[in-house]
Amino acid sequence: MSLSKGIVARNLALPRLRSLKLASLQPAISLLLIALLILVHKILPNVQPSGNTTNFVDLVYVLAGLYAAWWIASSFVGSLKARLEYATPIIIAVLVFLNAWELLTLKSNIFPAPYFPSISKIIGVLFSDWQLLGLSALYSLRLLILGFTCGAAVGIPTGIAMGWSQRFSYWMTPILRTVGPIPATAWIPIVLVAFPSSFWASVFLVALGTWFAMTIMSWSGVANVDNAYFEVGKTLGAGNWYLLSRIALPAALPIIFIGSFKALSVSFVALVVAEMLGVRAGLGWYIQWAYGWAQYQNVYAALIVMGLLFSGVISFVFYIRDRVLVWQKGLIKW
Amino acid sequence: MVEIAEAGRVSIRGVTKIFNPGTESELTALDRVSLEVEPGSFISLLGPSGCGKSTLLRLVAGLEQATSGSLTLDGEEIRGPNYLRGLVFQDPTLFPWKTISQNIATGLDARGILAGKKDKVDEYINLVGLKGFENVYPHQVSGGMAQRAALARALINHPKVLLMDEPLGALDAFTRMRMQTEILQIWESRGTTALFVTHDIDEAIFLSDRIAVMTPRPGKIKELIEVPLGRPRARNHPDFIRMRNKILQIFDFSEEHLLSYYI
Repeated sequence: MSLSKGIVARNLALPRLRSLKLASLQPAISLLLIALLILVHKILPNVQPSGNTTNFVDLVYVLAGLYAAWWIASSFVGSLKARLEYATPIIIAVLVFLNAWELLTLKSNIFPAPYFPSISKIIGVLFSDWQLLGLSALYSLRLLILGFTCGAAVGIPTGIAMGWSQRFSYWMTPILRTVGPIPATAWIPIVLVAFPSSFWASVFLVALGTWFAMTIMSWSGVANVDNAYFEVGKTLGAGNWYLLSRIALPAALPIIFIGSFKALSVSFVALVVAEMLGVRAGLGWYIQWAYGWAQYQNVYAALIVMGLLFSGVISFVFYIRDRVLVWQKGLIKW
Repeated sequence: MVEIAEAGRVSIRGVTKIFNPGTESELTALDRVSLEVEPGSFISLLGPSGCGKSTLLRLVAGLEQATSGSLTLDGEEIRGPNYLRGLVFQDPTLFPWKTISQNIATGLDARGILAGKKDKVDEYINLVGLKGFENVYPHQVSGGMAQRAALARALINHPKVLLMDEPLGALDAFTRMRMQTEILQIWESRGTTALFVTHDIDEAIFLSDRIAVMTPRPGKIKELIEVPLGRPRARNHPDFIRMRNKILQIFDFSEEHLLSYYI
């Protein structure tokens, strides 16, 4: 009797809950989770050595304030409301993760120190060591830009020439087939000796990885251009240079850009390994150095910076591509 | 408005085209084909697929080389592609990275004479009725509009001969009929020689001064038919229908065969 009553009650309650609109409750849930995060920090005793958590709590206050302001503003501005509703589920998920992580590390040591530092400790490192982290990020960026640019500057023309000329392809294919698949990092022992400085050795490693991906994709990009485009070009009076630079190249660009994304991920690997083994600067070096001192919170902090940096670089290349390939239908968004 | 191009005379004499000679996949696409195309005339190459009509057009375009025989334009031997022989395919093959106006301007750009010719490009945009679509990309326009742009792109070089390989084949029936009228108007205003490949009998009758009826295996011109009808032509006129029946008979689709499908 009571069971059936319960079912009826639940069936009645569900639509009523829906009529309240779950979406409009979500911001309140977010704020509750933020409050919980602060409470956990203030009230529960630390089991792991805590370090400095004031930065973290301050940051949470600031973010909570911004979020609350966003929520209030969203009832006046429609576009803000739509964005809030879109972002809130993810924000809730992140907050749940943060609460759980802090409980599992700092407050219980179920995930043991020092390998699993609390988020508050990692944030503390980001605040206290931002100068060295920032400098390392700039060093990594410099190495990436130099290496990637050199690799692309050689790889794209190599690939285009292979797609264009049978003879060039004949001589180039064996080199590409044997040298190309070797991971750039495997060259480290030779490269470190062959180059005057470990910096230029690292540039070379990044460039080598980039070169292979760019060559392969530029080659297939040009080789796959629809022959009809060339035929039309010829009947319109186009010479070889026009066919190559104004027809083959733009037609191959979408594939060349795919190559550049492949090349980027390869060059990230080359970059980090090169910094860990050769150059004494950059985020790869920072991680290696922090690891040597068992400062795992610094390792995590460097990983966060690295994630932001590399993601930013990829976004930038996507941005360039979207500007260059405006003519293309159905671009993938990043 | 548009300056008149000098029309060319195309002479095709005893042309044979064999693909992959001496191999198992040897194929005689054309067998001793001869055709004289008068300057300024409109000639259709009509036939089923495999009769070599597209191959013949590609030979005139210079995209293929004849195995034997000679092809000349105004007495000069055709050795390779040239802007004086403009080409329009069934697929518009507009360059997707260029806007409509950039596509139309390609011929001038490729020849390095585009500078200061914006008016001329505009002229050709207007000629094919694409005003207002100059700055859109090919994927944003309809098939008919794309084909018009391809036509303007071929015409901007003042070709002596305009070669068209089933240019309306991919369009729906209504767009197709409208485009046939437009092609005729453009051809009349430009005064160029036109060589038009099609497998549509009505289209050939509607457009052409003469129709070269081609048959396959090996590709040959079976008959050269004058179309003694004034323009514009009515598709339901008895003379038009008589022309159609005559061509159907050449292809062996005579009335007796058709009778069984009546009722």
